Amino acid sequence: MTETVREPVTLTPVLSKHWNEAESWTLESYERNGGYQALRKALAMTPEDVVGAVKDSGLRGRGGAGFPTGLKWSFLPKPDGNPRYLVINADESEPGTCKDIPLMMATPQYLIEGAIITCHAIRAERAFIYLRGEVVHVYRRLLQAVEEARAAGYLGENVLGSGQNIDIVVHAGAGAYICGEETALLDSLEGRRGQPRLKPPFPAVAGLYARPTVVNNVESIASVPSVIDNGSSWFSGLGTAKSAGFGFFSLSGHVKRPGQYEAPLGITLRELIDMAGGMREGHELKFWTPGGSSTPMFTAEHLDVPLDFESTGAAGSMLGTRALQIFDETVCVVRAVLRWTEFYAHESCGKCTPCREGTYWLVQVLRQLENGQGQPSDLDRLLDICDNILGRSFCALGDGATSPISSSVQHFRDEYLRHLDEGGCPFDPVKSTLFAGVNA
Amino acid sequence: MTVTEPSKTAVDLVTLTIDGIEVSVPKGTLLIRAAEELGIAIPRFCDHPLLAPAGACRQCLVEVAMPDREGNVRPMPKPQASCTMTATPGMVVKTQLTSPVSEKAQRGVMELLLINHPLDCPVCDKGGECPLQNQALANGQGESRFTEVKRTFPKPIRISTQVLLDRERCILCQRCTRFSKEIAGDPFIDLQMRGAHQQIGTFSPGVLDFHVDLPYPVVRTSEELEPTVESQTQGSTKDESRGASHDHVTGTYAADGIATRGEAMLDESGQPFASYFSGNTIQICPVGALTGAAYRFRARPFDLVSSKGVCEHCAGGCALRVDHRRGKVARRLAAEDSAVNEEWNCDKGRWAFTWSTGADRLTHPLVRDPETGELEPVSWPYALEVAAKGLLKAREAGGVGVLPGGRLTVGDAYAYAKFARVVLRTNDIDFRSRAHSAEEEAFLSHAVAGTGLGVTYAALEAAPSVLLAGLEAEEEAASVFLRLRKSVLKGSKKVYSIAPWASRGLIKLSGSLLQTVPGQEATALGSAAAAEAVAEPGSIILLGPRLTESPGAYQAALALAASSGARLAWVPRRAGERGAVEAGALPGLLPGGRPVSDPAARVDMAAAWDVESLPSQPGRDATRIVDAAAAGVLAGLLVGGVDPDDMPDPAAARAALETASFVVSLEVRASAVTAYADVVLPVAPPAEKGGTYLNWEGRHREFPQALTSDALSDGEVLDSLASEVGVWIGLRGELSGTAELASLGRWEGAKADRPEHHTVPVAGTTVLSTWSMLLDRGRLQDGEPYLAGTAHRAVARMSPATAAQLGVQKGISSNVTVFNDRGEITLPLALTPMPDGVVWLPSNSPGSPVRSKLAAGNGDAVSVRLAGDQLMGA
Ligand SMILES: Cc1cc2nc3c(=O)[nH]c(=O)nc-3n(C[C@H](O)[C@H](O)[C@H](O)COP(=O)(O)O)c2cc1C
Ligand code: SF4
Ligand code: FES
Repeated sequence: MTETVREPVTLTPVLSKHWNEAESWTLESYERNGGYQALRKALAMTPEDVVGAVKDSGLRGRGGAGFPTGLKWSFLPKPDGNPRYLVINADESEPGTCKDIPLMMATPQYLIEGAIITCHAIRAERAFIYLRGEVVHVYRRLLQAVEEARAAGYLGENVLGSGQNIDIVVHAGAGAYICGEETALLDSLEGRRGQPRLKPPFPAVAGLYARPTVVNNVESIASVPSVIDNGSSWFSGLGTAKSAGFGFFSLSGHVKRPGQYEAPLGITLRELIDMAGGMREGHELKFWTPGGSSTPMFTAEHLDVPLDFESTGAAGSMLGTRALQIFDETVCVVRAVLRWTEFYAHESCGKCTPCREGTYWLVQVLRQLENGQGQPSDLDRLLDICDNILGRSFCALGDGATSPISSSVQHFRDEYLRHLDEGGCPFDPVKSTLFAGVNA
Repeated sequence: MTVTEPSKTAVDLVTLTIDGIEVSVPKGTLLIRAAEELGIAIPRFCDHPLLAPAGACRQCLVEVAMPDREGNVRPMPKPQASCTMTATPGMVVKTQLTSPVSEKAQRGVMELLLINHPLDCPVCDKGGECPLQNQALANGQGESRFTEVKRTFPKPIRISTQVLLDRERCILCQRCTRFSKEIAGDPFIDLQMRGAHQQIGTFSPGVLDFHVDLPYPVVRTSEELEPTVESQTQGSTKDESRGASHDHVTGTYAADGIATRGEAMLDESGQPFASYFSGNTIQICPVGALTGAAYRFRARPFDLVSSKGVCEHCAGGCALRVDHRRGKVARRLAAEDSAVNEEWNCDKGRWAFTWSTGADRLTHPLVRDPETGELEPVSWPYALEVAAKGLLKAREAGGVGVLPGGRLTVGDAYAYAKFARVVLRTNDIDFRSRAHSAEEEAFLSHAVAGTGLGVTYAALEAAPSVLLAGLEAEEEAASVFLRLRKSVLKGSKKVYSIAPWASRGLIKLSGSLLQTVPGQEATALGSAAAAEAVAEPGSIILLGPRLTESPGAYQAALALAASSGARLAWVPRRAGERGAVEAGALPGLLPGGRPVSDPAARVDMAAAWDVESLPSQPGRDATRIVDAAAAGVLAGLLVGGVDPDDMPDPAAARAALETASFVVSLEVRASAVTAYADVVLPVAPPAEKGGTYLNWEGRHREFPQALTSDALSDGEVLDSLASEVGVWIGLRGELSGTAELASLGRWEGAKADRPEHHTVPVAGTTVLSTWSMLLDRGRLQDGEPYLAGTAHRAVARMSPATAAQLGVQKGISSNVTVFNDRGEITLPLALTPMPDGVVWLPSNSPGSPVRSKLAAGNGDAVSVRLAGDQLMGA
């Protein structure tokens, strides 16, 4: 099915609607803007109905993989009287991804309310928010938000007189990308070394402390109150048929106004760049990532690819976390890819051979290429190492490490070769900086 | 191949196709093992049949297709780790043999594994038996495309005195760390750092405290050690027992008497940071990253000759592989025996074998020169002649007592038993050169002798509940400990222990303590808590070595077994004990469980041995043999491998050896007995003779002679000695004793009576509790300084309240002196939750030779005083 005529897309601020208010992060501001109405509604519904509503809305995980959220909840086994948990993934460490942290800074109560509703839906009494450790300011804000909610009776014993006890624990990690992978997160949360677990058993069956557990991204959970408040069909009416709803599109890099753009899924980069005031003055788009560095890069060719799960996939990449890193023609793709690869080598957890050894090797090959050393055949070697990592590693971190390399060689092979021809990088790195030209 | 899956007959089968061949395997079988069934070897590193799947190395990738709901077989998008995926019906698996994808994936992983591997095979211990080397040749590519810079590490690091780690060789398969956590329960090593910097390393227990089953709790402040004692008699919770294992050692260590090579890192409780099972990590390391200090750079595997062996240390009967070169044992490995030790052994079994090749090894017979009083080397015929004459004379002059020791093979023990009755015409024979009691002998005669294979390792594994009565499995029967732990980790198994305090081993078994004052074991066995512990059908009671010093314990155990239906097993501490019982090396017992007191049994044996009659007088036990010899009643002693310091009263034993007019010693090495012997006849250590041990299960553990040697077994020497006397006992040849014993069959007549209960009231202020540690001053551990370095340091243990009564002050480090009229022992004090009025000492650790210093045992009264005060940390 091809859509020939497309309505012009506009922004749909939901979670970011009140970001402009003074002290938007307070409970008072949140309640003034209709906060916690959804919770009251949800508590009046049976847990099954809440799960059904989220299923019907078509909400898909906002953490990258896009797994249908309601469906994930329905995988939990029947309650057996023992604990079940909600774990919220706030590790946000993927290069370029910067949506959850602003959301938690600006309006943390969306996440808190969403967590309480979700706990009700999955019959959990405790939710954990696993926050990446470096963002101490967000940690403080979350702690404060939980305190406020508890003081107001939304958390703790007998939530809003419903007879349910629900509480939230905010946990700061130690700063490891792998701890965003859901099973490594669970190990880390349990106090162990953060490395991914063997699946099965899946978290739904044996997750945190070997109990049934739902792991969801911050944005997924924060979207739940709006689904309950406005109804499933409101939500599914936004976005595309298979990629329902709205989400943050995080524009960074060489656009005039980088930032969070909350829009329906299916919006295109062309539209987003327009909203962001266009590319940096006098420059043009060279390459971009649709969903963080782990998603294969796109070029100007892909400006009109609808940014939904299906279309990005069909175009050879992934929607990922909608972290749009935008690079203009001043940027050396080899340099960018090497920096990303260094990130993966640094963050590889070490558990499996392909990722641990492969990223170690890739960095060395790329460094030589950046310096203009090596031969054209090194590109094939590079691609073959990627082939030996992709789909062979234990978790998706290894896969992600190969994306920038394979896609950049695909789109910019000549640029790699130019490094060899010229015996070094043909670009002036200063030109890509914000201060380019200031001292000229 | 170790089949970890349940037997095929009882379970559902799943049919799948591997490389085009259909195969049916039990449900739950991993693909990698299903392929083995077809003879297809998928390369692997992290996979180990006895460890939980990890899927870490990614070497075993295969292509998998599975039927969907409609039955269409759909390929999975990525190759799958065959070591983690279980077979499901209709699966279609393609290994490297038929799938180019799988072949390429495996070649790719192999190349990646090798990029940082040093290829120093020519100097690596593992070269020649290395899974990485072998599989790189079989499945790798001839040349590497890696021209960049390898990761290197300073080499090697010392993980303990006996285990070294060359990190650059490590391929991070985590077999060692998984073994340590899953099997041994000692996370003494773990992964650290990440990515390409990831490495195995030692952590301080403070860092490792996140493990639920952590055996090393974190040091508590002295505030927390306020004298609070819950004298619970039942079910301490896991957390309580965690606290219990924590050694808050408050005193200082005196220099100990055993040479160790290097210092092991100490953990925060002052114990070497080590595991009794660390050698297994070396054996399962698929590269040469972990090596043993004792073997490192000593040999190449292809120069070694391997023989089967059975461990001579405890009663576990672990199968060994003895690797030797040019007549010397180079190393020992755990051999595979799924019925006994699976694929593991303890470090003592692996490394303590140099004892028989030291400078004190006896090579020639020695006879004491009447002129000089010195032992002189002589010929065998002369020595035998002197020995025979002397023994005959002693026999006529009051009799000869026989102390064969507890370390003999069945055949050798049988030779002593027969020699005593037929040649020396006496029942004065007792293998128990350790604490013993009449009640114990009665129990052995009644419930152990002639019972054959009883409770087995498999039964232990299957039992819903196991009660350890006076048995510290990790210290005294390491393979029993491992098997118990295996089933505890599987789920429902419960372990209970009758002991004064929860040992580290018990905590690793998640066991419950039935807290008992030493000597009161009978009461504990008769308690409601004990009945509760073994109430579930199929439960097992294991009786440990120290019950022999606990009046009424055996009787109470038999009563508990009878009332509950639980099965009983006797777990002695030495490899030869069960065999010696069977052989009749006891004063009241003839071979095969025949009671001396039963005239029919005596007639039976006399006929078998072709003698007119057997002595009907019940013999003296070891203590009474010693007493009679010291009193000059017994004129002669025939002594096997006995260390007087193991005897209940070492001074009395020495006095007996001194007084006896004629002493013949059969020994591998010069010993304390040698100094008193008139004739010394050298005998062969286990590696130089074949034989059979009977392990605690009653299982025959036969082993061949590993080394070429002209040393004779005890049985052969006794046979020659008998011939010299003019009696033919027909026991030449290594197995003839075992064979003859087997041919006698078991006694079918009336069993010996049940043991009688004698209560001995305990007098005195403090009750001594004691048992042996796995690694200690035992003579069979001599000559292995690397192993000795990981022994647990000796501490004395008392409850905080008892310590407070002594004047131990909060925050002040204290040594305590345990003493009686015989002597004293001073050790650092470890405050331990245990009954008040009890002090615990390790039986034979450096600085704590309980028998030779105090001549006291478990349950005896002793006194304790504060040895001195030092400020903590000063
Ligand atoms: C290496 C790696 C890092 C990840 N990091 C994050 C993260 O920071 N935040 C997140 O929500 N999901 C992350 N994920 C995805 C999670 O594993 C998981 O799919 C997600 O939290 C599920 O939530 P959702 O269904 O709401 O999207 C990561 C996955 C991988 C493989
Ligand atoms: S791909 Fe392997 S090494 Fe990399 S992060 Fe995942 S498990 Fe760890
Ligand atoms: S053997 Fe299968 S992943 Fe290591």
